[in-house]
Amino acid sequence: MAAPETVPYGIPLDRETVFDPPQALMALHREAPLRRMRYYPDGAEGWLVTSHRLARKALADPRFKSRLTAPVKVPVPVSGIEDYAGLEGELPVTPGAFIEMDPPDHTRLRRKLTGVFTVRRMRQLEPRIAEIVDSRLDALEAAGRPADLVAEFALPVPALVICELLGVPYADRDRFEADAAVVFTMDAGAEEKGRAWESIGGFLAELAAAKRAEPADDLLSDLAADAELSEAEVAGMAVLLLIAGHETTAKMLALGTMALLENRDQWELLRERPELMAGGVEELLRYLTIIHTGLIRQAGEDFEFEGARIKAGEYVTVSVQTANRDEEHFIDPDTLDVTKDAKGHLTFGHGVHQCLGQQLARVEMRTAFAKLIERFPGLRLAVPAREVPMVTDQNFYGVAELPVTW
Amino acid sequence: MKIIADRGLCASAGMCALTDPEHFDQDEEDGRVVLLADEAEDCDTDVEDAVRLCPSGALRLDR
Repeated sequence: MAAPETVPYGIPLDRETVFDPPQALMALHREAPLRRMRYYPDGAEGWLVTSHRLARKALADPRFKSRLTAPVKVPVPVSGIEDYAGLEGELPVTPGAFIEMDPPDHTRLRRKLTGVFTVRRMRQLEPRIAEIVDSRLDALEAAGRPADLVAEFALPVPALVICELLGVPYADRDRFEADAAVVFTMDAGAEEKGRAWESIGGFLAELAAAKRAEPADDLLSDLAADAELSEAEVAGMAVLLLIAGHETTAKMLALGTMALLENRDQWELLRERPELMAGGVEELLRYLTIIHTGLIRQAGEDFEFEGARIKAGEYVTVSVQTANRDEEHFIDPDTLDVTKDAKGHLTFGHGVHQCLGQQLARVEMRTAFAKLIERFPGLRLAVPAREVPMVTDQNFYGVAELPVTW
Repeated sequence: MKIIADRGLCASAGMCALTDPEHFDQDEEDGRVVLLADEAEDCDTDVEDAVRLCPSGALRLDR
């Protein structure tokens, strides 16, 4: 493939509208689905993939690695990148953090959890999730008009669910919620992120030790009792589940609600035809694609990919948000339409790293949106949409607050 | 057509069991694919979707 003229510096992040990817990123996608891109901090060249077909292909290709080696390059400007300077070879891997690993290390740890997150097991949780959703809808109503949907509903629902599944007391959320936000803040710097991770890990290691002595019926007890896992691995896996398990779904619940309120016909459709909810959730996942900084991999060897010569050590950023707006894969991709067939969206990724908790996220979102619409059919924004504060400095895009009334 | 599942490649994402529960289930222990039937009608779009959506390339159809 002939390289296009433009070599952008990093992945464009500045949006013109609330729900659409940046126009600059869409323009790059229309020009070429695979191109050179310059990376921070020093402008070194790597790759950017934007189409649905190539995103799928790249994420399924084992020659693109998740275990990164120095020197570290990133597709977004971050202040702490110099913390990695001086490192050589493979970067130190956080014990238990299997998203940073490749097979067979990744496989060994992921398989410890996959039996828990099956479609069937997650459906069995539905009645309990419904109770949690109902209790947060009571809290929303009790907060009075106007209320912040993020604080009363979107954040507590997935936090309560993952805490209960893991066996972490929700009352202790002060010990992990602020640190979890730091881990996902792009500009936080490697040292600060490391400290935040360690702090959550320390809390969960303490809890795991207690459960080792006195097991309960929860996931952390099961992990703690597993002789094949080290204590550090148990803590690392628990951190991953805890933070990935609520930041993501929380962002989707709030931004999804805003998208339905701003596309009122879609809200009304889901209210009149609740059977559309399963497909509606897939469409919201596709349309909103909250992972706006892309998925990052690194070439483990020299190879040819779609006519391009990829060199060992080069980074590739897979832009799932443009892939999910790809006209070659989705009909009328820039319109939110809950009746659309959105199957095949890449919001949960693709390849062996595809989201472990996706079936839990689906059950949470279906239940939460359905009950929210049923209980507050007249819900509306309490401020003009342009005044809703957006979160743009984290790896997941979303709203910081969502003032609503009814 | 015949459905072929490679449990060695399976990443237990559950896309097959979600998309086509008539043909696919997940192992209780590790979530890996379990075939409930290894034959499907030629025009069965659910089974085709399930195979297409598999993230790890563990499924294929032999026509």
